[in-house]
Amino acid sequence: MKEIFESILAAYKNKEGSIISLLQDVQETFGFIPEEAVDWFSKKLDIPASRFYGIATFYAQFHLKPRGKNIITACCGTACHVKGSERLINRLLIELEIPPDENTTNDRRFTVEKVACVGTCGMAPVVIINKKVYGKMTADKLVKEVKTLESKKKTDNNDHNEG
Amino acid sequence: MERFRANVLMCSGTGCVASGTMKIKTALSEELKKRGLEKEIKIVLTGCNGYCAQGPVMVVYPDGIFYQSLIVEEVPKLVEEHFLKGRPYQKLMFEEPRKKIPIPTMSEIPFFKYQVLRVLRNRGLLDPESLDEYIARDGYMATAKALTQMTPEEIVKVVKDSGLRGRGGAGFPTGLKWELALKTKSDVKYVVCNGDEGDPGAFMDRSVMEADPHAVIEGMIICAKAIGSHQGYIYVRAEYPLAVKRLQIAIDQCYEAGLLGKNILGTGFNFDLKIYQGAGAFVCGEETALMRSIEGKRGMPRPRPPFPVYEGLWGKPTVLNNVETFGNIPPIILNGADWFSSLGTDRSKGTKVFALTGKVKNTGLIEVPLGTSLREIIYDIGGGIEGGEAFKAVQTGGPSGGCIPAELLDMEVDYESLALAGSIMGSGGMVVMDEDNCMVDIAKFFLSFTQAESCGKCTPCRVGTKRLLEILERITSGKGKKGDIELLEELSQDIKATSLCGLGMTAPNPVLSTIRYFRHEYEAHIKDKKCPAAICKELLTYSILEEFCNGCGACKRVCPAEAITGQRKKLHKIDSKLCIKCGTCFDVCKFKAVMKS
Repeated sequence: MKEIFESILAAYKNKEGSIISLLQDVQETFGFIPEEAVDWFSKKLDIPASRFYGIATFYAQFHLKPRGKNIITACCGTACHVKGSERLINRLLIELEIPPDENTTNDRRFTVEKVACVGTCGMAPVVIINKKVYGKMTADKLVKEVKTLESKKKTDNNDHNEG
Repeated sequence: MERFRANVLMCSGTGCVASGTMKIKTALSEELKKRGLEKEIKIVLTGCNGYCAQGPVMVVYPDGIFYQSLIVEEVPKLVEEHFLKGRPYQKLMFEEPRKKIPIPTMSEIPFFKYQVLRVLRNRGLLDPESLDEYIARDGYMATAKALTQMTPEEIVKVVKDSGLRGRGGAGFPTGLKWELALKTKSDVKYVVCNGDEGDPGAFMDRSVMEADPHAVIEGMIICAKAIGSHQGYIYVRAEYPLAVKRLQIAIDQCYEAGLLGKNILGTGFNFDLKIYQGAGAFVCGEETALMRSIEGKRGMPRPRPPFPVYEGLWGKPTVLNNVETFGNIPPIILNGADWFSSLGTDRSKGTKVFALTGKVKNTGLIEVPLGTSLREIIYDIGGGIEGGEAFKAVQTGGPSGGCIPAELLDMEVDYESLALAGSIMGSGGMVVMDEDNCMVDIAKFFLSFTQAESCGKCTPCRVGTKRLLEILERITSGKGKKGDIELLEELSQDIKATSLCGLGMTAPNPVLSTIRYFRHEYEAHIKDKKCPAAICKELLTYSILEEFCNGCGACKRVCPAEAITGQRKKLHKIDSKLCIKCGTCFDVCKFKAVMKS
């Protein structure tokens, strides 16, 4: 892990004001901001860990907990809201059996996140599944996509078992 | 250069790509190859065309035939008809909604007919990743003019005389901002482009950055020359990866072509430009917060004055303009101030790009002269309300704006008229709502957004928005009390008057405007404990209609609360005590047997 930290740091040597970019790189690599990363960079750069956490918790982009294998981002912008995004999300949470006040399934296969607006309002309601944008989403279409992902996971497992 | 008989300009904006552009492109190139036409017909992926509702869309030139709602199955027929037999394929054309007559050319389709394209002048016409194509459309002519023939004072004068006002929301005169920065003496000055389009419901900046990145860069170079800056930043929000990618390609091309960096166009003028990616915070759309974010800190605003033109990024004089504002600059330099101010109203000149979305037929991005009426925008361009429901309101200006009711549909849209109606121009989002939308719910929606996005620095915004939200939640859950409306109004005024930055000062607008025009809906929630639009969950009851239920059991299977009982092929029932009002049964019932009231 240290080598990865080193390589991320190499790009930001001696630059004040690059904590955000640095954290973006950490998250890109690990999918979230691990505590070890903050400790390591804090010592290395002599910047208090609180500064890192202050930034990581301020911006919506950063996650302090590991996320699921599949990321479903539901847009909750105005256009999506008036076209019923809230009902879509409720259905999804029920379908995936995500515990209340959580956003990831217990087995960490799925994370459901809300985002303020992805700027594809002409296609509302919009859902992004693993970085692919789906427009004019309906509850049925969404459940179908999720089921496809679930079954894919199962075949992956089978392949793995056979291998 | 290779020449082609026809060019297919295929929209590759985020909207059309989501609708399947890439599949169409593959199918089309395969079909063209199969027919031996690959050397005659060229496919170009362009930026956003604007007509997102009909995606995927493409336009075939030289004839300008517009094809919409493309599907892979129709591609062979399209190629055969249009490219082999030479007769445009009517099945994929736009149809006049009443008479059902196909309209072949883009310029005749109502959605496009009433628009005036200035900022979006290149939309759907060029490959956003090609500098040559931008130059072929007069690109960088304005830069050349500004750098070789104009003094900074002359540039500032043209921009000032044009009457251009900031397109990010507040509408501050752009020329004046530049003049102040020009007059401020400093060894270092910055030009910053605000591409942190945070307003939910607005996507014009994304579209411009994705479809015409060079236009933004050009506007920034001209600004840099005008104020004497040598370093610029484009702040793009993290949710826009394609915009970041295309801007980076454009910047790299400019460095290679000598349009950025040292000695631009051999004039001795230097300007460097970098992209800075935001990390997801609405408040960073506020200028002082945005600059803090570039400095790598928490994006919290600071009191103004000092204004950024005196003390901005790293304490140096900084001009910060929005994407659309910069996009307006090159044509102003080329065509002059009078050309620009020939359109618009008394105090709002030029055109404005609006994101027309919500319950309107033709959703998408439009550009119209300021002063165009809401009715023209929603009915002539937007094609009216989707599904035939009655128009209720149009929300402009995002979370800082307000809802404008049907009585004001003939209002001419400009900065002043919107403010007078209790809303704002904002970045130009227009979300149309019909009778099925609850206005108290909309107010709650915006407040939950602003409350979550409040940076927490000043008390009126941090605590005030929370209290507003609590009251709205109380009302929408049927626990509203007499006096709540007055309390909302009083608190809103206090927050507006005492907040530190634009976020807090405008956050109560959605509440105030909905109370102003839709007070009766608030009263229905509070007094009658009813939601007239049947949206607010706690005020609804779900039941099954005997005459429509055939006992298929679909609702019973999906009910997460196991509140539905009934035997197969017999009438089902919902136990209102167990029902969590999630609405899933309503969504799955194909026989419209589930009723909410």
